Amino acid sequence: MSDSTIDGGRGSALLRLLWKAAKLLATVALTFLGLLIVTFLIGRVVPVDPVLAVIGDRAPKSVYDRVFVELGLDRPLYEQFWIYLQKVFSGDFGESFLTKRPITEDIARVFPATLELATVAILIGTVLGIPMGVWAAVRQGRLADQVVRVLGLVGYSAPIFWLGLLGLLVFYARLNWVAGPGRIDIAYEYAITPKTGLLLLDSAMQGQWDAFRNVFSHIILPAALLGYFSMAYISRMTRSFMLNELAQEYVTTARVKGVPEWRIIWVHALRNAAVPLVTVVALSYANLLEGSVLTETVFAWPGLGQYITNSLQNADMNAVLGGTLLIGAIFVGLNLLSDLLYTLLDPRVRRQA
Amino acid sequence: MSSATRRDWLLSDQPASRRQARLGQAYRTWLAFRSNWLAMVGLGIVVLLILVALLANLIAPHDPLLGGDLRTERFLPPLSEGHLLGTDDLSRDIFSRIVHGSRLTLMVVVLVAVIATPIGLLVGTTAGYFGGWVDTVLMRVTDIFLAFPRLILALAFVAALGPGIENAIIAIAITSWPPYARLARAETLTIRDSDFINAARLQGASSARILWGHVTPLCLSSVIIRVTLDMAGIILTAAGLGFLGLGAQPPQPEWGAMIASGRRFLIDQWWVATMPGIAIFIVSLGFNLLGDGLRDVLDPKARK
Repeated sequence: MSDSTIDGGRGSALLRLLWKAAKLLATVALTFLGLLIVTFLIGRVVPVDPVLAVIGDRAPKSVYDRVFVELGLDRPLYEQFWIYLQKVFSGDFGESFLTKRPITEDIARVFPATLELATVAILIGTVLGIPMGVWAAVRQGRLADQVVRVLGLVGYSAPIFWLGLLGLLVFYARLNWVAGPGRIDIAYEYAITPKTGLLLLDSAMQGQWDAFRNVFSHIILPAALLGYFSMAYISRMTRSFMLNELAQEYVTTARVKGVPEWRIIWVHALRNAAVPLVTVVALSYANLLEGSVLTETVFAWPGLGQYITNSLQNADMNAVLGGTLLIGAIFVGLNLLSDLLYTLLDPRVRRQA
Repeated sequence: MSSATRRDWLLSDQPASRRQARLGQAYRTWLAFRSNWLAMVGLGIVVLLILVALLANLIAPHDPLLGGDLRTERFLPPLSEGHLLGTDDLSRDIFSRIVHGSRLTLMVVVLVAVIATPIGLLVGTTAGYFGGWVDTVLMRVTDIFLAFPRLILALAFVAALGPGIENAIIAIAITSWPPYARLARAETLTIRDSDFINAARLQGASSARILWGHVTPLCLSSVIIRVTLDMAGIILTAAGLGFLGLGAQPPQPEWGAMIASGRRFLIDQWWVATMPGIAIFIVSLGFNLLGDGLRDVLDPKARK
């Protein structure tokens, strides 16, 4: 390759990066549009009559017809979709039939609970999962590897709601080590002024250490459970990434040079394995939001998952679709974020950009 | 033919016929699979599930829906006389309910696989083979479905279709096909330009014939491995829907719904909710072990 082509490559590198960013954005926009189409269509095929949901089943025919037109149900489907789009982009997801409040308000109220649970869980999963995966890779085929494998298999095979019930039975009802269902005991509920909605953070910032201990005792069991499931995934992926790195030639070179083994494993190899691991952690964070639907039901956790299931059982479709859309959007956002981090962290991908 | 000569015939390195070569290949795969004892345990569990489901009427000592005497036989603990795993709040024998519930579990797994696999194969091979805008459109749709969390999407579909096990199966199938489409597309891309495909095209074979007769069979093994690995997830999703009251409806002995109804008596009658959970755990563990074993044997990329 001559010097001029290298220079030419550098000159258009920025342009190509911009082009790639534009393509990525278009993909995200298209995916999001798809999400909207799916939720819209689901909303249309529900056997619940949206007019009756608004006016009740005793209103006269004239009221029914008026509301039918007001809701835009007399127009063609694509016009209805256009109205739906406009509403969603102005932040209007409709009103919940159950709470009689705007969906956005409801979701803003319940979302911090889910966020707090998922964040504590991913911390547990990452802090345990990565060292376990490294350990399993270093001792490939030995006892440690088998132990990590079995722990992972149990995580993949056990229904999370069942483990949650067993956890409540053993650690709450029998041993009384942790607090029961819910986020906080009523006695402490008004001791904390909600600022962020994350109770651990709020209570710590306000110096309410009794309340903090109570909140911690409530969150630890569901978070440990969710964390266990992400640990199963993270440790398995860490193991395979590390096995890949440890077989590389630079590891042999480092060994020949006399670099201590711990440094080779924890500094040289893990640093390279960290790049794909970022994606794995981002994906399991997104999966936790999904796992929270079942966990929150078991632990009476007043978060988004419980909100969606409650609304489902009461045929409150606006609430279900709003929640579904939010979780879908977070999914898309985390995927995008992990893609971007991947590009930033891996010099090989960056150069190809 | 004695067993020794049959073995020699199967393992011959100069097969005389196409049939001998194929059977020999299958036999070698089986030998490799058999040496992995965890995979054999998985296979054993899955075979057991099928047998139990087929012979449920013979195995179950009691009726799964009709309870016994409500005064004397409610909440009998496990290992009681005639009730191996105890009885529930309606005096029904839990063991019999679990045995009959295996039919529902097997039905979910089989139907989801039968619906989702062909959709995934069709979308993936078509996208990969034709390329261009067909590929772009189909893969965009696939990405949109992948962007949804599975359980939430299944929840939304069940909400739209109404609760029940048939709708739960449809919802799970709708959410399961995208990974198979991705996989089938990737496989198709690697063989699309090979000589044998070109030869078939030059002989005048139609696109449909090439896709069905030449491309799909080569994608099948990796897709089947993926489906087997997914089955545990399918079982867990179905159980989760049942637990939330959106899947199988009572009094059907679906394991997830059984856990949901046993939940009320968790503190004092722990076995009512615990036993069906153990059944779910064992069956999905079996599918996971079987899928891992199949991948090791059949997927050349994963072979060490």
